Amino acid sequence: MGDLQVKEQPKKYDAVIIGSGAGGGMAAYVLANAGLKVCLLEAGPYYDPAVDSDQLKPAWESPRRGASTKYRPFGDFDGCYWGWEIDGEPYTQTPGSNWKWWRARMLGGRTNHWGRISLRFGPKDFKHKDIDGLGENWPIGYEDVKPYYDKIDRLLGLFGTVENIPNEPDGIFLPPPKPRLHELFIKRAATGIGIPVIPSRLSILTKQINKQRGQCFFCAQCNRSCKVYADFSSSSCLVIPAVATGNVDLFTNVMAREIMTNKEGLATGVSYVNKEDLQEYQVHGRVVILGASACESARLLLNSKSQRHPNGLANSSDVVGKYLHDSTGADMGGIIPELFDRKRYNEDGVGGMHVYTPWWLDNKKLDFPRGYHIEYGGGFGMPVYGFYWGIENLNGKFKVKGKKKEAGGYGASLKEDYRYFFGANVGMAGRGETIARADNYCEIDPNTVDKYGIPVLRFHTKYSEYEIKQAKHMKETFAEILHAMKAEITWGGDDGPENDYGLHAPGEIIHEAGTIRMGNNPKTSALNKFAQAHDCKNLFNVDGGQFVSQADKNITWTILALSMRTSEYIVDQLKKNNI
Amino acid sequence: MDRRKSLKILTFGSLGTGVWLEACKTEDQKSIKPKGPVAAKPVKLPPGMMKEEVDELKKVESETFFNSHEMKTITVLGDIIIPKDGISGSASEAGVPAFIEFIVKDKPENKLPMRGGLQWLDQQSLRRYQNVFINCTATQQIELVDAIAYPQKAAPEMKPGVSFFSLMRNLTASGFYTTPMGYKDVGYKGNTPNAWNGVPDDVLKQYGLAYSAKELKECVSYPESK
Repeated sequence: MGDLQVKEQPKKYDAVIIGSGAGGGMAAYVLANAGLKVCLLEAGPYYDPAVDSDQLKPAWESPRRGASTKYRPFGDFDGCYWGWEIDGEPYTQTPGSNWKWWRARMLGGRTNHWGRISLRFGPKDFKHKDIDGLGENWPIGYEDVKPYYDKIDRLLGLFGTVENIPNEPDGIFLPPPKPRLHELFIKRAATGIGIPVIPSRLSILTKQINKQRGQCFFCAQCNRSCKVYADFSSSSCLVIPAVATGNVDLFTNVMAREIMTNKEGLATGVSYVNKEDLQEYQVHGRVVILGASACESARLLLNSKSQRHPNGLANSSDVVGKYLHDSTGADMGGIIPELFDRKRYNEDGVGGMHVYTPWWLDNKKLDFPRGYHIEYGGGFGMPVYGFYWGIENLNGKFKVKGKKKEAGGYGASLKEDYRYFFGANVGMAGRGETIARADNYCEIDPNTVDKYGIPVLRFHTKYSEYEIKQAKHMKETFAEILHAMKAEITWGGDDGPENDYGLHAPGEIIHEAGTIRMGNNPKTSALNKFAQAHDCKNLFNVDGGQFVSQADKNITWTILALSMRTSEYIVDQLKKNNI
Repeated sequence: MDRRKSLKILTFGSLGTGVWLEACKTEDQKSIKPKGPVAAKPVKLPPGMMKEEVDELKKVESETFFNSHEMKTITVLGDIIIPKDGISGSASEAGVPAFIEFIVKDKPENKLPMRGGLQWLDQQSLRRYQNVFINCTATQQIELVDAIAYPQKAAPEMKPGVSFFSLMRNLTASGFYTTPMGYKDVGYKGNTPNAWNGVPDDVLKQYGLAYSAKELKECVSYPESK
């Protein structure tokens, strides 16, 4: 380890892609299939759901019975390596900021465990400033992205139903699964008070779409990633097929340090550290594509300073790191007494809700500017660590088999309670749109580096009255729905102004975006409408960084569509020798 | 991918973590040694586990936390919380004490509340019955448990015991209902490949529900498997 010489990779690639999640995976797929030579860098280890998924393991196959660890914050079986913290890779905050940063380190990134909620942005979502004067319009509209949504619907598959709701564009859908019992309760109650409930739109294959991928067999465990590739993960559906073309060299366990540029200010490649031998390497390409996640990609740009790019690469506008925003989130749960002691059967269904509520109100009549959708859960979940934890807060409140009991207890009577309550839960979660603001940002912390010596991010974020009022509205809505279905609130019912109505800390919904936003004006945006850097024409961004705003729609499907659009543009520009 | 191949893949990945750790013990040191960047290949680890996780698990498993007296007390308490009844066995029959030993090491924030709680219980026992808890009669044990098992009616001076007993109850339930015995007890039917065709008809009828014509038309339905 005495010599610190940098090793140059001799092969020159058409493209070097950083990150193998939805954005980077799609770029690798499109470029490789167009015959271009691609180097794909991933900071985590190799991961193939067919081999590595914990699908169908019962709780006892985990020594901790599925409990969470810092390596798996969503539980021991969850298909995501790391999460809120990574050993040796800190991030910091300015006083008063409470950003939560989820980082996946694995092939496919967090698409191995994501919720598969695959919503298109609607026409209003690209031009919302025209409606309420807030935030910024995108330089593109729904009509620009629609052809790519159509293509990824066909390529990757999702279920849903044609509803003709103006700002919730329909896709090319597979048939959805029938609602579960608690979902029928929710639907009856919510529609009765004017809140729509429609089939969810998830990228899970209820029918087979090609020979490489299987059909869903309804284990409800998409979060563990799917061994038969019946749901969308970038690893199974994009990267592994891209590598199979022979055009992709995949380097795992490598951490990008900096994007290199030449005297003309063009990108020449990427320098990175190999986490296994801790040696420094450089790899060269005609274009560099950033898909490391909104914040990691911004960090890379800000850490890539040069004479031509003294404020960081692609940052003459000074917007890189700014406009950082996540979805809002607030949740509530209840129990449905009518479902106590219910008949047992397998109701796993797909991994996620079978129905949801798209945004249904007019913000002109409300005291907050943007909408939210509602996600639902409940029923017979697999018993894992935490099973009916806190039963002492539940079993004194309801008669069990006609008998009022004292809260807590033990013995045969307690065993009866667990059986009685099992499967009667219901939960709901609002996911809404935040206004992207310049004063919510990440920047390089001048005092702190990670274990590879790379300067880390420092966050500065705070929610405004808009988001807090939206959370208040969510909570009121959830309470109304629970009341209408004769459910009792069991958690999330005590939030108020003192805790911003239970509004999640920014970042916690894991939809971060906006840090490298696109726009027509190079003074107020970092990228043009093809996610090509204004300051560096052979540099592109394909993750959440490019987003101007993110609607109340989970962003993955739009990341995929935009990445495909940008990748096709790159193929075209390379062929024309424009870059 | 056809159904037969799908099912084949599923049968292969079901080796438990423990088996893998055992199998990897002899060769885990020579596993990850690529010379500079090479086209990535899976490293020699249990499927779906990071090296950091494997190391952490080995560390936790090599530690012993509770002494034998504490383990005996945990066993007695666990079987009071979840005894054998007409439907299933007891906490100790389901291996709950060993699970509690593991999880308290894995979630070390429980170490102090558990150790301190067990001490508190023995102190109360000694004061009341001149014996540590496990040497008390069954009647005495239940009398003391009754004083800490009901948070809302427990005497204020019993609160430390109430907190401990609630933790013990929750850990015991987590240990018990996550075993084959526990799954059977609560009648959990999931976690097996199937074709979802909706809520069974008799259940719909029981709750006065029915699928709408739109749902029946739009939603997927599969031939019933034999």
